[in-house]
Amino acid sequence: MAMQFMEGNEAIARGAVAAGCRFFAGYPITPATTVYNNMLRLLPPLGGICLQGEDEIASIGFCLGAAMTGAKALTATSGPGISLYSEQISFAIGSEIPLVIVNIQRLGPSTGSATRGADGDIQFMQWGNSGGQPVIVLAPVDIRDCYTLTAHAFNLAERFRCPVFLAANKEIAMTRESVDLDRLPLPAPVERRTADARNPFLPFATADGELVPRFLPIGGQRLVRQTSSTHGPDGYITTDAGIIDAMQKRLRAKIHSAADALALYDADIDPAADTLVIAYGVSARAVRKAVAARREQGRKLSLLVLKTLWPVPEGLLRENLAAHRRAVVVEMNLGQYVREIERLAGATRVDFFGQMDGNLLHPRRIAKAL
Amino acid sequence: MTSLLNTQRPPVFCPGCSHERVVTSLDKALDNRGLQGHQLVIVSDIGCSGLFDTFFNAHAFHGLHGRALTYATGLKMARPDLKVVVTMGDGGLGIGGAHVLATCRRNIDLTLLVLNNFNYGMTGGQCSATTPSEAQVGSGFLNRLEKPVDICTLAGAAGAPYLARLSAYQKDLSEQIGAAVDYAGFSVVDIWGVCPGRYTKHNQLTPKRIDERLADLPAVNGPVSENQRSEYSHAYAELAARQIDSDALTHIPAQFQAPQSGRREVVILGGAGQRIVTAGELLCLAGISAGLHVTQKNDYPITVLRGHSVSELVLDAREIGFTGIDRPDVVLALSPEGVARRPAMWPRLSSDAMVIAAKGVSLPHCNAHVEVLDFKAGKIKSADWALAALAVMAARGRVLTQEMLAAAVRHRFSGKVRDLALATIARATALTAEG
Ligand code: SF4
Repeated sequence: MAMQFMEGNEAIARGAVAAGCRFFAGYPITPATTVYNNMLRLLPPLGGICLQGEDEIASIGFCLGAAMTGAKALTATSGPGISLYSEQISFAIGSEIPLVIVNIQRLGPSTGSATRGADGDIQFMQWGNSGGQPVIVLAPVDIRDCYTLTAHAFNLAERFRCPVFLAANKEIAMTRESVDLDRLPLPAPVERRTADARNPFLPFATADGELVPRFLPIGGQRLVRQTSSTHGPDGYITTDAGIIDAMQKRLRAKIHSAADALALYDADIDPAADTLVIAYGVSARAVRKAVAARREQGRKLSLLVLKTLWPVPEGLLRENLAAHRRAVVVEMNLGQYVREIERLAGATRVDFFGQMDGNLLHPRRIAKAL
Repeated sequence: MTSLLNTQRPPVFCPGCSHERVVTSLDKALDNRGLQGHQLVIVSDIGCSGLFDTFFNAHAFHGLHGRALTYATGLKMARPDLKVVVTMGDGGLGIGGAHVLATCRRNIDLTLLVLNNFNYGMTGGQCSATTPSEAQVGSGFLNRLEKPVDICTLAGAAGAPYLARLSAYQKDLSEQIGAAVDYAGFSVVDIWGVCPGRYTKHNQLTPKRIDERLADLPAVNGPVSENQRSEYSHAYAELAARQIDSDALTHIPAQFQAPQSGRREVVILGGAGQRIVTAGELLCLAGISAGLHVTQKNDYPITVLRGHSVSELVLDAREIGFTGIDRPDVVLALSPEGVARRPAMWPRLSSDAMVIAAKGVSLPHCNAHVEVLDFKAGKIKSADWALAALAVMAARGRVLTQEMLAAAVRHRFSGKVRDLALATIARATALTAEG
C-alpha cells in the first residue's frame, strides 16, 4: 500500500482536471482559495486557462463565456461568493450553460467565519437564484468524494447543460488526508452532445424525446446565439406564452425526470431496523461512527448517506422512509435538508439532529440521538 | 461587400435614437474589414444597447446588466482567434464599473462600445454615471448630488491602451469604430448620443450641442502611448508555456510498523513561526509510511507571524470517520498562544496521555504525564521545536517510531533542509537520553 497526502481542495482540482476541465476562474476566498491555487499550478502546463477575476461576478462570468465556446469550466468559492454568483447562476440555469461550481461552505450568515465549517447553504444553492428552476448539487463526504464527485459533477453539467454544485465544507476541503487518487474509479468523461453543424441550427431546440438541446460552440461555423432573456428555440427574446411555458417546463423536467437515475448515495440498510439515519457531507462520517457504535450495543439501524442532494432523489427516499418507523436527519446546520425528508416521510416520524457552532458534530452526541 | 445586418430583425429603437446610427456604422466597419459572422461575437448586456446582438448575423452573447465584459473575457481567452465586440450603455458602464476598470488593466483584445446617452433609457430615464448634474432626469433631484464621470479619463487612468470619445453623429463614425476594432488590445469607445425616448424630452441635447461639448474636452482618439503593452491573452499564453509541470503526485510506501495500534490523536499547540503545520504534515507522512490513515486539521489566524498555530492529527489503521480531536494521546505544548487556544482540552486529558512541553511554557493542570524539555539548552531553535518534539515522541515510542520520522523527513525535504532536519532530530534525541 502507498498513499498520497493532500487536502480536499487539491483532490477537487485534480478531479476537475481528470474530467477534462481546462478553464478555471475564481476569486480568492477562504476556505476555497486552494482550489484556485491548485488549478493555477495544474492548468497552465496543460495549455489550460486559469484566471483570477476582479470579483466573484466576473469569475463566474468568465466561465460562462468560456463554457459557450465548448470548454469545461470550473469556479470555486464559499457562501459570500455564491451570493455574488447568484445572477450568473440563474443565467446558466435558464440558458443551459454547463458549469461546475465548487462551494466550500463556511459558517454564515454573511461573511460569517472564514475558517469554520458548516453546511449552511444546502437550500441556498438550490433556491438562491431567480426563477426557481432546478440545479444539481453533489455533496462529498471525504477526500475521495472530492475527487470522484468533481468528475461526476462535470459529467452531469455536460449531460444536462446546467450548473452543478459541489457542496463541500471547510472541514473536508481544508483537512489534509491520506488518499490514493490513482486507485479511485472515476466515471468515464462525458461530453455535451453536439448538433450536426451541417444542418440549420436552433440553439435551444430539442429533438423529439430529448430534454436537453444539442450544443454548438460560439466561434464555430454555425452562428450561435446565447441569451439571458426569456427565449424561444431560436435564442431570441420571446413573449409567446406557449413557447415560454414549454421552455420553463423543459428546464424543470430535464433535471427532475432524471432525479432518481442520477442519485448517488451509500445505503447501509438493515431490514430489521426501525430507524433510518439520513446524512450527507462531512457529518456523514461522524454518523457512520455513531451508527457503528450503536449497532455494537445491539441497536438496529439503517443508514442512508446522500451524495446527490438536488434534485432530491424522491423515489429512493420514499422507498426507504416507508420501510422505517422513524427517520433521523443529521446535518451541520439547524435543519435544512430535513424539510425535504419531511415532505416525503408519509407516516414515518422525522427527527432532526444538528448543530451550527463551527465545530464538527461529534459521533458520541449523534449516537445519543439514535 | 456583405452587410452583417440581420434583415429579419431591423433595429427597433425609438424614432431618432442615435443607437441606430451606431448599428449601421458598426456594420459598415465590420464589413469593410471583411469580417464574417462566424469570426465575430457580439456581446451585450441589458438596456437599449443590449439589443445590438439581435441586429447582426454573428455569434451572439447577451447577458446580465454590466457583465458583458466578463463573458467577453472568457470567450476571448478560450478562443483568442475570435473578434469580440462588446456593447453597453452608460448604465452597464456604471453597474459593471469594476469589470470596465479590470478589463482596462488587463488589456485583453476586445472592443467596447459604450453607447453613452446620459441616462437609463429603458427603465424610464433615470440618472446614470454620466448624467450631468444639471440634467432633468427620472431620478428627481438625485443626479444633482453626484458628479458624472468622463469615461475616457476613467478608462485611461485604469490603463486602457486605446480610447476614443466620439459623437454618434460624426461622419467618420464607422472609420473610427473600425480603427478601434483593428487595435490589438482593449479599446474603449465612448459614443455620445441622444435618447429622444427619455432624455431629450426634458434636456436640450442635439448633435450640434454634442459637438460643442466634445470640443470643450481634450480630444481623445487612438492609442494611449503610456498604456501600450502586451495584449493579455498573448502574454498569458507566453507565460503559461513557461510554467513547469509540477503535477507529479508522490506516493509514500507503507513499509514500517507503527508502535501502537488503534486510533491515535496528537495535538500540536504552537505559535506562528514554529512550523507547526509542517510538523503535523511530517507526523502524517510518518503515519502513512506505517500504512496508517491520517488526517490533519490546522487552526491559525488569518494574519501571519503572530498568534497561535495549532495542528490536530489523527492516525488510525482503520479509515478515519471523525477528524476532530476527542482524547489526545499526545499533546505538544510549544507556545503559550497555542496552549491558550485549547483551554477545554486540558481537564479532559487522561493519565495515559503524554504532554511534551517546551521549558518555559506553563501548562494548566492536567492528569497526563508531562515531560518538559529544554530545547534551548539543546541548541534547538524555536522554529524547530515542533520537529524536535516529534523526535521525542519517536524516542519514547509514542505514535511513531524513529524510522517512520526519518522516512517522513526524507520524503518531505531534500538537500540542505533535509540535513538540518535530521540534525535537529539527532539533537532532540540526545536531549531525551540526557533526561
Ligand atoms: S429609450 Fe432612448 S436609448 Fe432606448 S431606444 Fe428609445 S431613444 Fe433609444
